[in-house]
Amino acid sequence: MPAFVRTNDCDGCRSREEALCEYICPHDLMALDRDGSVTGHPLKAYNREPEQCWECYACVKLCPRYAIEVRHYADVVPLGASVQPIHEGQAIEWAIRFRNGTVKQFRFPTRTTPPGSADPYGGEPDADLSRLDDGSVLFTRGTHACDMSQFIAD
Amino acid sequence: MSEPVTDKPEVVEEYVDILIIGGGMAACGAAFEARKWIEAARAEGHELTIKMVDKAAVDRSGAVAQGLSAINTYMGENDPADYVRYVRGDLMGITREDLVYDVGRHVDDSVHHFEKWGLPIWKQEGDEDKPLREGGRPVRSGRWQIMINGESYKWIVAEAAKKAIGEENIQERVFIVRLIKDRHDPSRLAGAAGFSVRENKVYIYRFKACLLACGGAVNVFRPRSVGEGLGRAWYPVWNAGSTYAMAADVGAELTLMENRFVPARFKDGYGPVGAWFLLFKARSMNSLGEDFPAKNFDTLKEHGYDAYATSLHKMGTCLRNHLMLKEMREGRGPIFIDTPTAMAKLAENMTPEEVQHLEAEAWEDFLDMTISQCGVWAGENIEPDKEMSEIMPTEPYLLGSHAGCAGIWVSGPEDLPGVPEHYHWGYRSMSTVGGLFTAGDGVGASGHKFSSGSFTEGRIAAKGMVKYVLDHLDWEPELDEEIKELVDELYRPVHVYLETKDDTTNPDVNPHCITPRMVQLRLQKIMDEYVAGVSTLYQTNQVMLEVAERKLRMLREDTGKMCARDLHELLRAWENNHRILAAWAHMKHIQFREESRYPGYYYRTDYMQLDDENWKCFVNSTFDRDTGQWTLKKVKWVPLISVSEEEAAGIARPGSEV
Repeated sequence: MPAFVRTNDCDGCRSREEALCEYICPHDLMALDRDGSVTGHPLKAYNREPEQCWECYACVKLCPRYAIEVRHYADVVPLGASVQPIHEGQAIEWAIRFRNGTVKQFRFPTRTTPPGSADPYGGEPDADLSRLDDGSVLFTRGTHACDMSQFIAD
Repeated sequence: MSEPVTDKPEVVEEYVDILIIGGGMAACGAAFEARKWIEAARAEGHELTIKMVDKAAVDRSGAVAQGLSAINTYMGENDPADYVRYVRGDLMGITREDLVYDVGRHVDDSVHHFEKWGLPIWKQEGDEDKPLREGGRPVRSGRWQIMINGESYKWIVAEAAKKAIGEENIQERVFIVRLIKDRHDPSRLAGAAGFSVRENKVYIYRFKACLLACGGAVNVFRPRSVGEGLGRAWYPVWNAGSTYAMAADVGAELTLMENRFVPARFKDGYGPVGAWFLLFKARSMNSLGEDFPAKNFDTLKEHGYDAYATSLHKMGTCLRNHLMLKEMREGRGPIFIDTPTAMAKLAENMTPEEVQHLEAEAWEDFLDMTISQCGVWAGENIEPDKEMSEIMPTEPYLLGSHAGCAGIWVSGPEDLPGVPEHYHWGYRSMSTVGGLFTAGDGVGASGHKFSSGSFTEGRIAAKGMVKYVLDHLDWEPELDEEIKELVDELYRPVHVYLETKDDTTNPDVNPHCITPRMVQLRLQKIMDEYVAGVSTLYQTNQVMLEVAERKLRMLREDTGKMCARDLHELLRAWENNHRILAAWAHMKHIQFREESRYPGYYYRTDYMQLDDENWKCFVNSTFDRDTGQWTLKKVKWVPLISVSEEEAAGIARPGSEV
């Protein structure tokens, strides 16, 4: 199935109020099977609707135990391949395993600032309320140069 | 796991001045802009409250969940007027040039902030450490597009937006499903209703203004993959048309809902082709190895489509599909994209290190935004420098931010020269319903804004909403519906489940109810077979559309029997309610427009001609939820930007009289 959980690696995010995969899935797919009544594996996460999985990898990237992988859509992609990331704050490493055994590895930057450090307003001006009605500016007053001669009307 | 469902949910009532419904790029832009204006208003003695409510978690919600490999709207050295020319040419002449221009003049500032917050932007040699804001030259894949290392794009933007709005002002895992009018003034909203997908709680918000920014509509049509592959949509599978449905439901005017988007992408994985065509200069071919765009270009003269094509390199996006569909229809598929030749040509003058770097860029293009495409390559044993891949037009999508601009009709900027009276009515980004604002995919007729433009429209809307609230400080919204009735309506699928579940031995097969999954599949079948889905090669006609409407009406009736056995299924039930209304709007618009304005996206086989004389105008609609009737009309299209010599002949043609 698209995103799936390795039984032996998942610890159900025991120390947390909500399992991280359950927290992050944009389509409400990942769920913790608390009593094991659904999967037979108590306190482990699972993907409850694989045919709705976009393979966005949000859960894969966030799992602190690296317990989640993706088996690409079984009705579309031949078996034996895997695309697996390790996401570390400011960079991401990808391991791609082909069905024929070829392996490719890549590493890309993901952010130039440490996680959590984004400052929305550092160094930005305050909004000038007198210009609330002025469509030519947003609060930053950083509007692009505009060649007004390009308009049909004056 | 969410708690088990009950038929007596707790009710949480809350008032905020501004409610942001959605947590994607547009919503984040609104959060970022609104805080500053709220602070300025506070300095004048006015305390405004604001909240964001997302059905998922803001860090990865919306279309940018996986990331992106490019930002497709950045002016840089270009003038916004040329951006308008590009957008109108791509969208077959009909756009709201005021809205597009507004995005153009404001978007760069947003991108500068993304870079400041930590988004890595590819720079030309020598400018690696120079921010865009200071003149650092980006690597462009095209005139308007810049390349990024965008895997964490949403995460970074969400981080800033969450800090801007304040974490305590964010409610995650609550799905807003209905907007509610005001008891004393039916021309405006008073609130919204939704439910938690984790606990049995119904949320009733009252507000003065809301931003309805829940993305576009996906899996409204039967997709090309139908097993697990149902999930592999080109646009995010969780976009359920909620923006269009909730707006239509309260009578807000929609525009260009016929303007679906059918992307031609790497087959099955739906990986992006932009970098391959624009940056790596790859070419497409049919199964005979023919350069079919060149071969078929002159066929555009038939039906007058050539009015919007200057050359092979410059034509409306739908026309590219049109040229490809001829090959598919006549049996000369598959269509291939020649990645090996492109890479070989680039590698000709490269060192082995540079070739390795090029290969990494090609893979990163997918890994940053469509990881499944890498899965397809890995599973099929395809290495792009050794073997070609197939491209194919997908099933149709409805969205306002891309090379399709379906959406809500909104009030535009008032300060641009030549804006006609009917393009604005007092509050920027507001729909025709008071207090209902939108941005991003929700704004119709303003395409090609993509992620940065959607964020920017969110910022623009924030100003409009703050102004609206300040103009209505003494007004108290009062819901025109009873809370108990709203709760029953929201939880109806749960009631149906509890009442019927023991009638048969298999709860999925019961004559008295239907699962949300089956509702979605039925909708997809109707739309595919009658409203120009892939199985018809995107063709429809008046008779097919009438059959579609009959089936859609019955489907809508049957939604009253949808069952939900848990909160997850309740989420699905309401997503499908939204999909159906969005689909119906799309169908009505296609029916009303008696021409084929977007060949390659869809064809009216009974009106194959492109007809600028009668149809160079907007098609707008309103829905009446009490009568279940749509009213459609033509709205006058007015250009703002002069026609340049490089533009297609059709651009200079005047709008139709309406």
